[in-house]
Amino acid sequence: MDGPETSIVAEQFQSLEQQKDADTLGMWVFLATEIMFFGGLFLAYTVYRIMYPEAWAEASGHTSFAIGTINTFVLLTSSLTVVLGLDAATLGRQRKLILFLVLTIVLGLTFLLLKGFEYYHHYKEGLFPGPGFRLEPEYARAALLFMCLYFAMTGLHALHMIVGLGLMSFLLIRAWRGLIRPEFPAHVEIIGLYWHFVDIVWIFLYPLLYLVDRHQ
Amino acid sequence: MDDTATRAGTEPDYLKVEHSLRSWLLTTDHKRIGILYMISVTGFFFIAGIFALLMRLHLISPEGALFKPETYNRLFTMHGIIMVWFFLIPSIPNVLGNFAIPLMVGARDLAFPKLNLLSWYLFMAGGGLAIVSAALGGVDTGWTFYIPFSSNFSKTHVYWMAAGIFIAGFSSILTALNFIVTIHTMRAPGLTWLRLPLFLWSIYATSVILILATPVLAITLLLIAFERAFQVGIFDPNLGGDPVLFQHLFWFYSHPAVYIMILPAMGWVSEAIACFSRKRIFGYGFVAFSSLAIATFGFLVWAHHMFVAGMSMYGGLVFSVLSFAVAVPSAIKVFNWTATLHKGSISYHTPMLYALGFIGLFTIGGLTGLFVATLAVNVHVHDTYFIVAHFHYIMVGGTALGYLGSIHYWWPKISGKLFPDMWGRLAATVGFIGFNLTFFPQFLLGYLGMNRRYATYAPEFQFLNVLSTAGATILGVGYILPLIYLLWSLRYGKEAGPNPWGATGLEWLTPSPPPKHNFHEVPEVTWGAYNYHDMEAQDGRS
Repeated sequence: MDGPETSIVAEQFQSLEQQKDADTLGMWVFLATEIMFFGGLFLAYTVYRIMYPEAWAEASGHTSFAIGTINTFVLLTSSLTVVLGLDAATLGRQRKLILFLVLTIVLGLTFLLLKGFEYYHHYKEGLFPGPGFRLEPEYARAALLFMCLYFAMTGLHALHMIVGLGLMSFLLIRAWRGLIRPEFPAHVEIIGLYWHFVDIVWIFLYPLLYLVDRHQ
Repeated sequence: MDDTATRAGTEPDYLKVEHSLRSWLLTTDHKRIGILYMISVTGFFFIAGIFALLMRLHLISPEGALFKPETYNRLFTMHGIIMVWFFLIPSIPNVLGNFAIPLMVGARDLAFPKLNLLSWYLFMAGGGLAIVSAALGGVDTGWTFYIPFSSNFSKTHVYWMAAGIFIAGFSSILTALNFIVTIHTMRAPGLTWLRLPLFLWSIYATSVILILATPVLAITLLLIAFERAFQVGIFDPNLGGDPVLFQHLFWFYSHPAVYIMILPAMGWVSEAIACFSRKRIFGYGFVAFSSLAIATFGFLVWAHHMFVAGMSMYGGLVFSVLSFAVAVPSAIKVFNWTATLHKGSISYHTPMLYALGFIGLFTIGGLTGLFVATLAVNVHVHDTYFIVAHFHYIMVGGTALGYLGSIHYWWPKISGKLFPDMWGRLAATVGFIGFNLTFFPQFLLGYLGMNRRYATYAPEFQFLNVLSTAGATILGVGYILPLIYLLWSLRYGKEAGPNPWGATGLEWLTPSPPPKHNFHEVPEVTWGAYNYHDMEAQDGRS
């Protein structure tokens, strides 16, 4: 987004109010695009799950339930710290804002670390699409589809997390320099919106990829 | 920060404010970015046009006059891809939307000027990749990238092309985002939604489609890349995938994309019809909301491209009925334009000729759309030249005409110069004749059973094909003429003055060309759009 660098109101805007509205609406519209972006993947997932229910149950049994669950908690907690950070920014509490931003970044990194560990585990198990792929032969073709979608969905999600971490670091630097002013915390708000969105995507991914037919 | 002193009337216009190449390439001025788009989009138009001309020359004889069939496959693919993604979709929104929207809403710029510049660079990067792909030998999948042509089957440069379209997609998304936010939050005081010019309603509806449909194409192309990279079968039936799923995902974007192409042109036609009839548009509210209705219905009809791809009878029925429903808001527009003409004082300046041509050709394109939405007829004409003729009536007869017309309409504002109206009228007429001669025979060819995408055809179709090729040559002249006299007018044209057409709308209140920040003071709007009656009364002419 085009941020106020020297003066708060950018020259194309008439007032701070207008700029705030524009920035926030811009992020919401962007998130609408993001929903449709992930939507294509969710559609493919749904179609193939209906086509190959047994293979889906079998393959999802190979994802790591423990890591998925811990990561869900980690991400949800990070959304809390983002909100607390926004609260601190609105009240002009600089040190608290920095604290919560650091916490968010730490939680985000934890998520990625655990996810990376899980990917490594899949690699050892031979779940990567490609010549080394080994899963029960009777389901192999459809299970491969599941793993493809699994990697596409979680991979894109992880990519969004990385972008989110970049944005959070940007906020942290600005907060450190005292550039986030209580009368205009729009950056914290809109980057927070993005972070929550990435979080919500995970809330859908977790049951679809980790919990499908686990009881069987 | 508001340096009012330097803005006292003598401020240089946006073209003269700086001259260096750097000042153009790093500009955040929406007007300059519009011109960057105009140059690049027009360039792509002529590149894709050359592919089309080569195809038409090849089809002059039944066994194919010029190329091997493999080459022909690449020609029509490259023609389709470059026309669709690098001309039709960005044409009116990115060129004239960029130029006119802030002026029309009474703002200094779009909401996010840097993002706007970024989207031009993304567009150029995407276009660059497409050109690289063409230079390496092109793609032979057809513009639709159908599986299995685009999966592990095709040996051509699908990666480059898919990457180019993927990146250009983000350019579309960011531009649409900018437009939506600008129209929502940056309207001048008093400029309520129902006072907006209809061009803005159209652009708004277009932007909503771009925002919601483009990402689906992006993810589909990403999955194809994934499929090719890991040799897996996300869509390939041999490996467990479902090729029809690809078609659903593709058309979920590409059918609404048709409305991305046509809605902006419709919006501009409303401007021109009102201006050159000196009347308020008939049924303003209906025309405004029909744009939103088209955008909404447009999302519900995609599977009418797939009636022969293995769809249940009920599925086909539903999509057929919904496709008929799109005709309603489209017809509302045509009827309202016609009613606006009724008892208007019509003048036939160049933009008006383009607008009238648009109405006629769009009506033919739209009505034949009903033919192909009818299940049984669809089976008969599927994949024939009837389809080719139908969508060219919409895309060339509609969008390309709208693009040319709107450039003529806003040219005095863009350049500050008048183009020679005589030449303009001539070009519009030549183009209209050439267009019909090119594409009307294709309706007949398709109905008689000539398949599209074949490098050869049965000898009895030769006469109509020769007609079509002759028409394409004339059409080409109709496109090259404006290029010449518009460039000529930059140097030799008469000064346009702020409002040469006597049009309403905030953009005509600024000097031509407008100063960098458009308005010295933000205008306050107390009137509705197209208040031509008040204007005539003031001039004492009515």
